[in-house]
Amino acid sequence: MREQDPAVRARNFDEVACGYHPDDAMRESERCLFCPDQPCVSGCPVGINIPGFIRKINEKDLRGAYDILTETSLLPAICGRVCPQENQCEGQCTVGQTLEPVAIGRLERFVGDTAIREGWANIPYIEPTPFKVGIVGSGPAGMACAADMAKAGCDVTVYEAFHQAGGVLKYGIPDFRLPNAVIDAEINTLKKLGVKFECNTLVGRLFTLEQMITEMGYDAVFVGVGAGYPTMLGIPGDSLNGVLSANELLTRCNLMRAKEFPSFDTPQPIGKRVAVVGAGNTAMDAMRVSLRLGAEKVYCIYRRSHKEAPARAEEIHHAEEEGVEFHWLTHPVAILDDGHGNVMGMRCVRMELGEPDASGRRRPVPVPGSEFDFECDLIVYAIGTNANPIMGQTSGLRLNKWGYIDTDENLATSLAGVFAGGDIVTGAATVIEAMGAGRRAAASMKTYLGIRDSNRPYRTGGDTLFGIDTSERNFARIRA
Amino acid sequence: MPNFEIVKREDFSDVTFLLEIRHPLMAKAAKPGQFVIVMLNEHGERVPLTIADFDRSKGTVTLVIQAVGKTTKQMQQECKVGTSLYGLVGPMGIPTPESHAKKVVCVGGGLGVAPVYPQARALKESGAYVIGVIGFRTKDLVFWEDKFRAICDELIICSDDGSVGLHGRVTAGIEQAIKKHTDIDEVIAIGPPIMMKSCAETTRPYKIKTMVSLNPIMVDGTGMCGGCRVKIGDQVKFACVDGPDFDGHLVDFDDLMTRLRRYTKEERMALDHWEKEKGCRMQKSIDKAVDAARTK
Repeated sequence: MREQDPAVRARNFDEVACGYHPDDAMRESERCLFCPDQPCVSGCPVGINIPGFIRKINEKDLRGAYDILTETSLLPAICGRVCPQENQCEGQCTVGQTLEPVAIGRLERFVGDTAIREGWANIPYIEPTPFKVGIVGSGPAGMACAADMAKAGCDVTVYEAFHQAGGVLKYGIPDFRLPNAVIDAEINTLKKLGVKFECNTLVGRLFTLEQMITEMGYDAVFVGVGAGYPTMLGIPGDSLNGVLSANELLTRCNLMRAKEFPSFDTPQPIGKRVAVVGAGNTAMDAMRVSLRLGAEKVYCIYRRSHKEAPARAEEIHHAEEEGVEFHWLTHPVAILDDGHGNVMGMRCVRMELGEPDASGRRRPVPVPGSEFDFECDLIVYAIGTNANPIMGQTSGLRLNKWGYIDTDENLATSLAGVFAGGDIVTGAATVIEAMGAGRRAAASMKTYLGIRDSNRPYRTGGDTLFGIDTSERNFARIRA
Repeated sequence: MPNFEIVKREDFSDVTFLLEIRHPLMAKAAKPGQFVIVMLNEHGERVPLTIADFDRSKGTVTLVIQAVGKTTKQMQQECKVGTSLYGLVGPMGIPTPESHAKKVVCVGGGLGVAPVYPQARALKESGAYVIGVIGFRTKDLVFWEDKFRAICDELIICSDDGSVGLHGRVTAGIEQAIKKHTDIDEVIAIGPPIMMKSCAETTRPYKIKTMVSLNPIMVDGTGMCGGCRVKIGDQVKFACVDGPDFDGHLVDFDDLMTRLRRYTKEERMALDHWEKEKGCRMQKSIDKAVDAARTK
């Protein structure tokens, strides 16, 4: 796939990956072997019929490809861009055993983008059910859950605390990876399904989960508020001006459009030399945003080595191409100040890898006497998040010992009718995992409400009629 | 399009003004000590403001605003009765816990006079003896004296220049109250950080519990950005979700004040930019009017 030249793109917010030309997509689709055992499908958290949609691309039937995608994936333009395909579908691809795997993500994005451009939307016939469903949080988990519940005929309202819907897709992921226009297009698809979005609503404080069930008439509620609460390093100098969380940097830039200051009111002063601590996807986003905001030097400070970095290989590669300097096996021990409360530099220590720890990764240990200082004027922490405390503070939800919401295997919480999923249950994870959780919760909510899931594959055989189990003839049919 | 209609406006001085905004759900949920985040328009920044009052029967919340920066000056100019804010979210933060204090001093300095009012009222309603101490720079800036008189058992007004009430800062008022009453259980102080710091220092020798309400720089107000982190004793807390009320004797005010200066330069830039644009727009409308007059 064509990409913007690194030297050019490191200074603009346009999308890095330009997307497939129809000919490229056609050529790529021809590489698929259409294996009968479909290992790619088993690698997909939502089980997209991958060979099916690729075959349609190959037949030049893009609408058909879109129809197959939307049977399972609700937001192909988003997932095609942000899923870690190398660990999922593409990681299982048979072609990938010897050659580059089929670029499933890029093909998915191609179809999703085509649908947005052509204004396609697959709005199924929805048979109304008398249920009212509330969704707390409009991020990927909430969006996925909302779509499934709306398709099941429920009256769905999504609540968002920010002034715009989209959650982490809007405030977290920068435009050059996922343009806001794509998110808005996918949100519009949800609105066409009948989903209502209520922004400026802080659930828990404006009304509680309990009130939603008892006073506001919600039959079921899904909580997908994300993890949020950023971790600080807890070293001297943490509170200096010029030290901020990746969440703050990204929110200011992406959602509040600080990059267009002063036409937009939210400021984002950027340093000449920016040090980003951490090497996950959020860290990569923070580094690449800093470059685009005008930093001269951007450093990545990570206490383990390249091999252990949690970011996607593609993201690290992009950051390297754009000129980020990587300092592996380096850990900050103090932030140095200029005497006026501002950051002047960072004191680091070299690390080496010791024995494997609980996560299976080799534990980094400091090398004695290896401390050194270097100059920087902005420091961004991208070292993970803790559980957001608002739901726990305002409801009777049972939390686990880390403050995340406790659920059973069906994602049901300790409150009857309240389900939860995404980062607020698992801790920080990926967009597609959150979407998967939203859909799993939706399936449980349908069971809870007594709605039969039309997505369940029907058996065909002696005791079925038109693929429908004869013992289940008297259900309210939902045509998805 | 959300609708947060402004139903009442009152100007206390040439910089301080009050907005009453219709939001029945929020009026129902709001408790003393909480705050909201306001966005004036689509290009606006998110400004945290402490709730000054709420009226459950009318379904309104009240904010008192001081026009000091770009956004607040623009609000002063544009927020008229009948117009609507682009964004209003809240109530945010942990409400002030119900106090069992029997005798309390409620201190408000400058703009802090507004948010301390609902706290004083709640305390009065719970049966406490409430001593109000409210401070202003000068007589012309005094507001809500009658509201405080109605709920306080004693009210001490302080002014920096002595033009009204006690000559001196609110700390002088606190000293006076402490001298008169030896059984004060709690002091609640809301105002600029430097004022809250002095209040905490005033009460420290007497070991009187002193609660302050912090308003650091925030973006989301939901615990997500960490911009509002404050040092409380040896811990780091987020004012938006762990506060905004904290024990004044534990707050590192110097750290807070340094962090509040983070965007001074940018705030200046934004203000200049806005004033220039405003000038341009005015010039354009003048040109237009002149042209129109000519063609006639």
